[in-house]
Amino acid sequence: MFWNEKAECMGKEEKEELQLKRLQETVKLAYENVEFYKKRFDEAGIKPEDIKTLKDIEKIPFTTKSDLREAYPLGLLAVPREEIVEVHASSGTTGKPTVTAYTQNDLDIWGECIARGLKMAGAEKEYIIQNAYGYGLFTGGFGIHHGGNKMGAITIPISAGNTQRQLDTMIDFQSDILTCTPSYAMYLGESREKAGISLEDINLKAGIHGAEMWTDEMRKRIEASLGIKTYNIYGLTEVMGPGVAQECEYQNGMHIQDDQFYPEIINPENGETLDYGEKGELVLTSLTKTGMPIIRFRTKDLTSLIGEKCECGRTTVRMTRITGRSDDMLKIKGVMVFPSQIEKALLKIKGISPNYMIHVTRPDILDEVEVKVEASKELFFDEMKEMEKVEKQIQASIRSETGLRVDVTICEPESLPRSEGKAVRVIDERNFE
Amino acid sequence: MAVKQISIFIENKEGRLKKAINTLAQENINIRALSIADTTKYGILRLIVSDNEKAIEALEKDGFIVKENDVIILAIPDKPNGLNSTLEVFDEKGINLEYLYAFVSNKTDEAIVVMRLEDMEKAIEALKDSDVKILDDKDIKEL
Repeated sequence: MFWNEKAECMGKEEKEELQLKRLQETVKLAYENVEFYKKRFDEAGIKPEDIKTLKDIEKIPFTTKSDLREAYPLGLLAVPREEIVEVHASSGTTGKPTVTAYTQNDLDIWGECIARGLKMAGAEKEYIIQNAYGYGLFTGGFGIHHGGNKMGAITIPISAGNTQRQLDTMIDFQSDILTCTPSYAMYLGESREKAGISLEDINLKAGIHGAEMWTDEMRKRIEASLGIKTYNIYGLTEVMGPGVAQECEYQNGMHIQDDQFYPEIINPENGETLDYGEKGELVLTSLTKTGMPIIRFRTKDLTSLIGEKCECGRTTVRMTRITGRSDDMLKIKGVMVFPSQIEKALLKIKGISPNYMIHVTRPDILDEVEVKVEASKELFFDEMKEMEKVEKQIQASIRSETGLRVDVTICEPESLPRSEGKAVRVIDERNFE
Repeated sequence: MAVKQISIFIENKEGRLKKAINTLAQENINIRALSIADTTKYGILRLIVSDNEKAIEALEKDGFIVKENDVIILAIPDKPNGLNSTLEVFDEKGINLEYLYAFVSNKTDEAIVVMRLEDMEKAIEALKDSDVKILDDKDIKEL
């Protein structure tokens, strides 16, 4: 039931004592070895000794993605370079990539976090894990791999893509657990149905999916089309990759491995710390990483924390589903919109496929938004006025969710691009220069 | 008596109409009548074909969305006022017309009109006393 019962079910006081001790060590390590942190601390007029309680963490300045970019590639190491054994990096789609460097001990901790998650998903040592996260600089593939190794399970490093081979592997190896992005899981489910492979031919029991936002509706589709129970997993390149947090069987918030990472929620506008239950930006501090400790990293991910003990018995703090990012919200006609809001609006309509695309343009001086959705049997009527009614219904749903009037286009089924990694939901062709 | 028509959702992009027609040709399905209603983004392709079941199966296999609907098919005297007098029957009874399309056959002197009305039963009832002939599946096979 638990991979590490002591760490996962620790009492509050004991946990806080451990967190404080580890926080103090991390701050000291960073201050003494990383020029960036020393400078930041000095500017803020604080010394490692000033961290006397967990609450004192609020005195420490935040670290941002751009800080990491400036330190590219290995400017934030807290140990001699020869102790580093692996690096991972973000894709760099919005600028220079951010790199995280790991010592062997850091990798062991990563594996430990993943192993805890695998166990939450019901894995046993004899399980076969079909790891369809991409292997490479992206942290998904190797992250899960380290966890599979730690557990002693068989990990198939199949990586993302090559859908036919994924299906063959599922059948031939009778894989127990599928790990990949939710959009790829959905695609694999659709492909299984299309290939006429029955659920009896495969043996999947669970799916561990993350690295992008997904909804309950998507979860239901994946679970039905692959005959599995799915577990939302969270992580990010800058902190550790997957395994920072994951859902247990109750699917009610993701358990943060809070003996390894200290979570805070802040108001993204003013940086103020918020309480449990309040929605804001997640800030993470690594408590045990030594290769590249990270202190008060602003994740930009919007969520809230749950402090109560979970039904599963774990006492770790949980985080709710990520509903958006404080930085990639779309500003359309002056209105702030998250793609997830549009997704939510679409899923309220019966028969709509969770594959959609938001296309933002500015043909002249005003923004225009086209939302493309795929038609289905329930959404297709022989009469034009019925079709127009469907479009209007979709428009109205989006309008009530976002306040935006959008153009709706119904496309043929499976005509929108499917992705093997993170789904691309937004095409923004506006030129802001 | 109502006849089954199939409707296909066609995205307004290159080659989709041809693809649908080609799918039917591959299965040796004969198209008796055809109409397209279109917008700038998509169209509805409506067809009377020789074998609905086979057509639907083939089209769905190729990824199309297909629906089967009731229509009535009428043989109307191929002369001035032919269609008008038929429409008047519906008008009098207050039966709304959703759409229609017409074609001529070289097997008959009459014009063939496919109609979808708001209330199909009422429409068939209304035509009982007129001289308009309602065609059934068998008649259509012979066209």
